[in-house]
Amino acid sequence: MAKTHVTCTINGEETEFLCDSNQTVLDVLRDDLGLTGSKEGCGSGDCGACSITVDGRLTCSCLMLGPEAEGKSIGTIEGVATGDHLHPVQSQFLKHAALQCGFCTPGLIVATKALLEKHPNPTDEEARYWLAGNLCRCTGYDKILAAVHAAPAEMRGESA
Amino acid sequence: MNDISLKDALKVVGTRPVRPDGVDKVVGRAQFGGDATMPGMIFGATVRSPHAHARIKKINTAKAEALKGVKAVITAADMPEIVSEEAFVGEGPMNFRDLSNNLMARDKVLYDGHVVAAVAASSMSIAKAAAELVEVEYEVLPHVIDEIEAMADSAPVLHSDVFTAGVDPKPTKPSNVAKRVEFAKGDLAAGFAAADKIIERTYKTAPVHQAYIEPHACIAAFNADGQCTVICSSQGQFMVRAYCAKLLGIDISDIRVVPAEIGGGFGGKTLVYLEPLALALSRKAGRPVRMVMDRVDVFRGTGPTSGGTVKVKLGAKKDGTITAADAEIILQAGAYPGSPMGPAAMCCWAMYDIPNARAVGVDVVSNRPKVAAYRAPGAPISTFGTESAVDEMARELGLDPIEMRLKNAAKNGTKALYGPTFQNIGYVETLEAAKAHPNLQAKLGPNQGRGVATGFWFNIGGESSASLAVNEDGTLVLVSGSPDIGGSRASMAMMAAEILGIEVEHIRPIVGDTASVGFTFLTGGSRVTFATGMAVCEATNEVVKQLRGRAAKIWEIDVEAVEWRDGSAYPAGDNAGKFEPLSLADIAAKAARTGGPITAKGAVNAQGAGPGFGTHVVDVEVDPETGHVTVLRYTAVQDVGRAIHPSYVEGQIQGGTVQGIGWALNEEYIYTKDGRLDNASFLDYRVPVASDLPAIDAVLVEVPNPRHPFGAKGVGEVPIVPPMAAVANAICAATGVRMTSLPMSPPKLKAAMDAAGK
Repeated sequence: MAKTHVTCTINGEETEFLCDSNQTVLDVLRDDLGLTGSKEGCGSGDCGACSITVDGRLTCSCLMLGPEAEGKSIGTIEGVATGDHLHPVQSQFLKHAALQCGFCTPGLIVATKALLEKHPNPTDEEARYWLAGNLCRCTGYDKILAAVHAAPAEMRGESA
Repeated sequence: MNDISLKDALKVVGTRPVRPDGVDKVVGRAQFGGDATMPGMIFGATVRSPHAHARIKKINTAKAEALKGVKAVITAADMPEIVSEEAFVGEGPMNFRDLSNNLMARDKVLYDGHVVAAVAASSMSIAKAAAELVEVEYEVLPHVIDEIEAMADSAPVLHSDVFTAGVDPKPTKPSNVAKRVEFAKGDLAAGFAAADKIIERTYKTAPVHQAYIEPHACIAAFNADGQCTVICSSQGQFMVRAYCAKLLGIDISDIRVVPAEIGGGFGGKTLVYLEPLALALSRKAGRPVRMVMDRVDVFRGTGPTSGGTVKVKLGAKKDGTITAADAEIILQAGAYPGSPMGPAAMCCWAMYDIPNARAVGVDVVSNRPKVAAYRAPGAPISTFGTESAVDEMARELGLDPIEMRLKNAAKNGTKALYGPTFQNIGYVETLEAAKAHPNLQAKLGPNQGRGVATGFWFNIGGESSASLAVNEDGTLVLVSGSPDIGGSRASMAMMAAEILGIEVEHIRPIVGDTASVGFTFLTGGSRVTFATGMAVCEATNEVVKQLRGRAAKIWEIDVEAVEWRDGSAYPAGDNAGKFEPLSLADIAAKAARTGGPITAKGAVNAQGAGPGFGTHVVDVEVDPETGHVTVLRYTAVQDVGRAIHPSYVEGQIQGGTVQGIGWALNEEYIYTKDGRLDNASFLDYRVPVASDLPAIDAVLVEVPNPRHPFGAKGVGEVPIVPPMAAVANAICAATGVRMTSLPMSPPKLKAAMDAAGK
């Protein structure tokens, strides 16, 4: 089976790859591009551990085929921090102990960043519903919500 | 500093620093089981039984082997045949033969999803295609799923060599009842005769999966010289090593297991499923083999915890004094013997001082995946029954549920039904703290109710190793043998920093592989902060002793005349003030001239883990139209001994509580009539999501454990014990309907409400 040549932007950098038509974007990221920060928890779009953004829209990369990435701008967990400067969502996750095992964390951070870019001050209910597609089995979500609510102030430069 | 009563003197323990492995985890750089690669690696896949119970007549691998890109195909014929041998390597007793047969079925498949063959190929897609080409001829046998049906005389018997243990006389016929245990004290008949009120109920719980988000994953290389390397996600690298050695007939010294970051375990990763298969494939293929389960494999092929039947009889006086308590807990073991019926029986009455009590555990095999440990194994199941009954009793007698528990509470000096006499326990303190919590002042509206339940887990200690090395600049590296599931590297470094009197950031804690740190029992039983923490403290105390010795050498005074405080050596006694203090960095810089590297090891078999108690209070609202339950407010109080890093202690309580809420309301294994698992996905097996939940208010009560240098008790397991009964009790308060079967899902609750005319 001939592979498909795909050109897209990943975390701001133009990227080319060859993929099988049945390969998911998650497989391409993890197995071909070495971007293993996105995780596979279910492969069926139910857990959100593979969350990425595609042209700014939150997407499960396990539900998107490699060839569909053609011409798209993709954001993964590896592109959330700027160099060694953590994004406020990342630093607030650390500050609030919003992770235990850390496996769901990349997806939750990508999803939270996407939420806050769209709704800079979500209510608790809005945040909980937005994150309902990201399963965390360790934390009971309590500290994750604390981090989500603390991040906007840091994003506005109001706190360190 | 080691005086646990002096909490105020602690500078690091009890604070909330950022965890040392945190940045790797928020930027996506942490290496989990499925992230590692090895040069030349190929990919493994499994072939699983579609039948609940069948004899394997023939396996033909020829077509799979002929597929281009396939490097190896294995069946049970490629694994050594293991003789029956009881062992205690993981979190519970395990028979090596059963474990081997569970990994790879030999003569019979015993559940839908049982592995019968495995393949390795140059790509995952070829491996999956090859797995489809393995031809297995089955003779389908009658199956049994439910534990009560499995106990019937007419039930298909899974194992011809299982005769019920623990009963007298020994049965002459094999059955599915593997074992019976009993704990008893006092005179039950007299106790019930003395009761004013007796409640007798049968409760039922569904099997639930740990549902860690990371599926099992490993990469394994079997070298030509017989040396093996395994990188995997597990709760114990030494456990993986021991099982691989035993199941493949390899010397322990030939296997090195490197712990990857673990993406959740909750007991479910205290066993091996893939690692021996990956090694066997690697041996045959001559290449490293990576195996990663998909979610369907995880649900079908790995251990959930038991579902079960709990029969409770409880007698009390009008004033609430419990006079007698009896519980029989019948648990599904899955396909091979070994349910957690022992701990279930040990824990179910442990919150109470009851003169006449009994707890019986019964272990029953059926055509389900072999159960694995899940957070306080067994206790949540039995406690759902006993704490529902205690609530019903309080309700019948018109007593406040917390007062009823205070009246009967286990205290220091109470001899538990399962043997030990409690010391330094904090059960009453959790009840008092719950009573005082502002959440209990919240007014409840229509269709709302408040439920209380408590729970117990004994916690364990055991063998742990750690080593600490001073770097040339005075910073340190701390190696321990315990996989870090929920922040234990942080607490290990904090305890060492407290003893050394330095900032925690100056210590780099890592989890060692099996070749770089001494034997350490797996991460389970809520043991790490307690037992591995003791090994860390032992190593740190030894380093402090050496640092004082080096300072003594530099100053040319007696070591006894050197005092260590705030990260520096000070001359003491007659020498006080005679020399400038020497910091850790000063001493490290002079290490070569004063005796060489400064390192120390800690190795313990920790005894005296303090048992843990929790009191939970939950407010729910029941939708009368649908039977849907909304959790409005949740208060989880727990005696934690001493919280080393309070955020991660709270996190354990919040996470365990929410798993319990899922167990109470949604989670269950659903089987088709032909014995196939019908909900093997996160869409159909519904774990709690963020929008299902309110804030979980975790309240830490600290009654220190004097056996630990800082007073720590295990904290991870207690919080999953009370929620099911707490939610059931709240539903009863809201609706007047007593739910005795889990999960209390909307259709079941609606049907119960309709039946009761509510």
